Amino acid sequence: MRLGAVLTAVFALAALISVVWVPHDTAVLTIADRTLGPSVAHPFGTDHFGRDMLSMLMAGARTSIAVALLAVGIGIVLGVPLGLAAAANRGGWLDEVIMRGNDLIFAFPSLVIAILITAVFGPSAVNAILAIGIFNIPVFARVARGGALPLWTLDYIMAARVAGKGPARISAEHILPNIANLLIVQATIQFSLGILAEAALSYVGLGAQPPTPSWGRMLADAQTMIHVAPQLAILPGVAIVLTVLGLNLLGDGLRDALDPRLRRVRG
Amino acid sequence: MIAVRDLSLSIHGQPLLRDVSFDLAPGRITGLVGESGSGKSMTALAMIGLLPVPLRAEGSIRLDDRDLLAMTEREWLGVRGRDIAMIFQEPMTALNPVQTIGAQVSETLRLNGTPRTEALRIARGGLDRVGLEHIALDRYPHQLSGGQRQRVCIALAIARRPRLLIADEPTTALDVTTQAQILDLLRDLVREDGMSLLLITHDLGVVAGMADDVAVMRQGRIVEQGATEPLFRARAHPYTRDLLSASQPPPRVPRAVADDLVLTARDVTRRYGALTAVDGVSLTLNRGESLGLVGESGCGKSTLTRALLGLEPVQGGTIDLLGRPGGLAMTRDDRARISVVFQDPYGSFDPRWTVARLVQEPFHLTGRPPDARDRAVRALEQVGLSADDLSKYPHEFSGGQRQRIAIARALITEPDVLVLDEAVSALDVRVRAQVLDLLDDLQARLGLSYLFISHDLTVVRAICDNVLVMQAGRIVERGPAARVFDAPEHDYTRVLIDAAPAIPPRWLEAG
Amino acid sequence: MTRAILKRLISMLLSLLAASLAIFVMLQAVPGHPADFMLGLNAQPDTIAALNAELGLEGTLRERYLDWVGGMLRGDFGTSYTYRVPVAGLIADRIWVSAPLAVYALVLTLLVAIPAGLLAASRRGRASDWGVMGVTQLGIAVPNFWFAMLLVLLFAVKLRWVSAGGFPGWSDPAQAIKALTLPAIALALPQASILARVLRGALIDTLEQDYMRTARAKGLSRRATVVRHGLRNAAIPMLTILGLQFSFLLAGAIIIEKVFFLPGLGQLIFQGITQRDLIVVQSVTMLLVFAVIAVTFAVELAYTLADPRLRRA
Repeated sequence: MRLGAVLTAVFALAALISVVWVPHDTAVLTIADRTLGPSVAHPFGTDHFGRDMLSMLMAGARTSIAVALLAVGIGIVLGVPLGLAAAANRGGWLDEVIMRGNDLIFAFPSLVIAILITAVFGPSAVNAILAIGIFNIPVFARVARGGALPLWTLDYIMAARVAGKGPARISAEHILPNIANLLIVQATIQFSLGILAEAALSYVGLGAQPPTPSWGRMLADAQTMIHVAPQLAILPGVAIVLTVLGLNLLGDGLRDALDPRLRRVRG
Repeated sequence: MIAVRDLSLSIHGQPLLRDVSFDLAPGRITGLVGESGSGKSMTALAMIGLLPVPLRAEGSIRLDDRDLLAMTEREWLGVRGRDIAMIFQEPMTALNPVQTIGAQVSETLRLNGTPRTEALRIARGGLDRVGLEHIALDRYPHQLSGGQRQRVCIALAIARRPRLLIADEPTTALDVTTQAQILDLLRDLVREDGMSLLLITHDLGVVAGMADDVAVMRQGRIVEQGATEPLFRARAHPYTRDLLSASQPPPRVPRAVADDLVLTARDVTRRYGALTAVDGVSLTLNRGESLGLVGESGCGKSTLTRALLGLEPVQGGTIDLLGRPGGLAMTRDDRARISVVFQDPYGSFDPRWTVARLVQEPFHLTGRPPDARDRAVRALEQVGLSADDLSKYPHEFSGGQRQRIAIARALITEPDVLVLDEAVSALDVRVRAQVLDLLDDLQARLGLSYLFISHDLTVVRAICDNVLVMQAGRIVERGPAARVFDAPEHDYTRVLIDAAPAIPPRWLEAG
Repeated sequence: MTRAILKRLISMLLSLLAASLAIFVMLQAVPGHPADFMLGLNAQPDTIAALNAELGLEGTLRERYLDWVGGMLRGDFGTSYTYRVPVAGLIADRIWVSAPLAVYALVLTLLVAIPAGLLAASRRGRASDWGVMGVTQLGIAVPNFWFAMLLVLLFAVKLRWVSAGGFPGWSDPAQAIKALTLPAIALALPQASILARVLRGALIDTLEQDYMRTARAKGLSRRATVVRHGLRNAAIPMLTILGLQFSFLLAGAIIIEKVFFLPGLGQLIFQGITQRDLIVVQSVTMLLVFAVIAVTFAVELAYTLADPRLRRA
């Protein structure tokens, strides 16, 4: 968990710093300096257009994290209320409609539809966010519903109903705080999946468009150079792996730390 | 046959068992009684070599001339199921859901080389023996009731004729009539097979009716043991005395109740599709009266409770509260006049809320009064807690204290009617006695009316003036508690009373 | 039992209907009209109208939708705007790359994940468990297309054992399988990691169930308890994940095909998108969705068989 938190913090920090400062402007191409090895000026070398790899990676972190974070946001903002409503209405028609809708979205191979959405509405970071975010909705709806259902059978919910509280208020006051742990853990998982999906989309050219740097497109560019400059294919991939790894470790750690069952064992 | 000597067990330096010693003889039933956490189950698990992994018991458990505690896992395989078998408390989860009961009963026979048809024949015989003649071998556990599943568990435990059967609270999860049948079955099996039965239970009535010998456990120690009747008669150890008196609360002395109706139900009917859960139920509750509602699980008492609390619609009949429309039609102010205490002291509170917030939740109905906090303190003091407890969280309290908090929450709007839905069923007997005293005291002081729902006749008798007996959605008998219990008119009431485990009254006579 | 199957079948048909509507509506929003795109800016209106008629682009939305769905039911997937040939034929050519690739990857996934999951669960907390958990943790974090590039870098660029991509066709099955091996490995790695972890978790959950204690109490060894009572119960959550994984394998295949320049359905979709060849995109997507829904249906059937509790629904 500690390693996960550190890795996540490093990349989040790199992304944040890149908003105000990167070592070298990523929009300036210096063909003369192309595919340089590591040096003091360029600690990670330069790419085939002579851009500083460290700056590219930092700016790429910004793109990846922003896209994945907003996509998770879409999932939480739309999915959680749907899941809570379904649980409050368990067995009723609303529950049925919401869950069938969920199943329908799950029936689509997610990346295929993400490709379609970005293809139809044109490739851009915003469309990548939407495409990934849509598939987060049923995930969060399911987790919220699954977490809420057993709570609804508990006596304290009954007590709240006897105290005259309606389903919306009970969901907000009792259910949501008690499933927050589940949602936080799921958010880290979806966040890491979002990073992978964003990388895949920009790798096939359907993510953020040039000149915005992104890890996926850096890899796509590197592939064309794979015989000439294979080293370019390494760093962006490592960045993706470390970010995703960090988030997953963080998620596992949070799950263990927040799981009341595990906590009770520790006494 | 089996001699347990100085059995000790500890976790993180905390002792779970201390110098537990007892003997088990063939053909005899030994009761191991104690409250929750007394170490009964740990003793049982040690005796079948299934203690949770890091735990290791010290002392010795001798079966004939072998020390079970010194055996390797491989040696245990020759003992478990063959010499020592065990059944557990929860029949609903004790069987593999994806295997037929025939396969599960015959499994150990098959693994020991019995041919398939022979194993199935023995399994059939085993199921017949536990009273499941009418159940086919290819049924799955989910197709059976709780009592039937416990019979399957017994059948698979005795399939290889073990010499010792350990039964850990085998009937606690079952209804009282099912419990009586399972206990009869166990008693017959012991007599027929000459096996030894170690019966672990919290229920002194069960022990009194079943066990030849009894050992009383407290905090990991056996405080007293001996032949059952002399031990119950002598009550030599103060703890045994406490347990016995707490498990036998005195019957209620009926109170004079004014003719002042607070709650009335007339012909209330609740249907779910084709199923009629509550079928034309009528009841009346006067101010200061305690009305008991008795019945087994699925009889409709919970559904009726929810209808009276205004949580569910009814398809027929009317409910009146204080002369105004009750049930779903209650106004918010009227809802504050009826409140409820539930069974589960753990599920009754949002774990993230403080006691202050929890206790004040019912103010949602009335609007938060300016003196809300003072009233919360008063409510806590009424139930024997203090203002210091306001800032604590539910997990900081014991089960009994939590039920007190639940009562405080129910009292905060100063209601007229308190619905007590199995409110003391999950408590150990001594705590239960204290909560019953508290309820009695509150009623006398505040003039409350109680609707007391329970499956436990002893408790109902201790607190109720009048009783309703419910079966399959209908009230089959009603009347003053003393009359209903001493001279039941309906067959079902008689069955319930006969099935309830009880200590013979003459054992408890003074001297 | 029959009723349970029938209920699932109806729900599958409804899903297909909804999916076809969703795809159709979405693709009608594509900016740029194919006839304009194909005939250039100077085309005459009547030429455009004629081409639209030929391509089945006239009539109301409702007629076009019904035409499309009706056609697919008869095996007619429409005519490609770009190639002017039946889409069914295009798909038939490509599916012989994509389907074997997905199946190959699935087989690899199972071959790796099941032993790994069993090993980790049975040695919980010991070195082999930590090993499996560590490797799979990494496996989940690696984007499959990057892993594919690393494989190319190692085996094609450095070692020169295989070519960096392309597909020789099935005339020589050995060569075809060789060409699909690296892509299948790249596809399988993350899925095998996920599956191994799910299997481990499911087995460990199962081990804590009451009926496992019952089995031990009647004299079964720990191993016999796991094999006889644990596996089948753990298979139920595993089936669910396997069903979902098929969907990921399909999507992943599209990306991986791009890395290895494989002429599969993915390439067809990308071409369709860039060339505004609506009908190709629409039909291929529908085909993929159909495959996923059908697999989900098969998975549900499978666990109706595995879990007797579901049979009465």
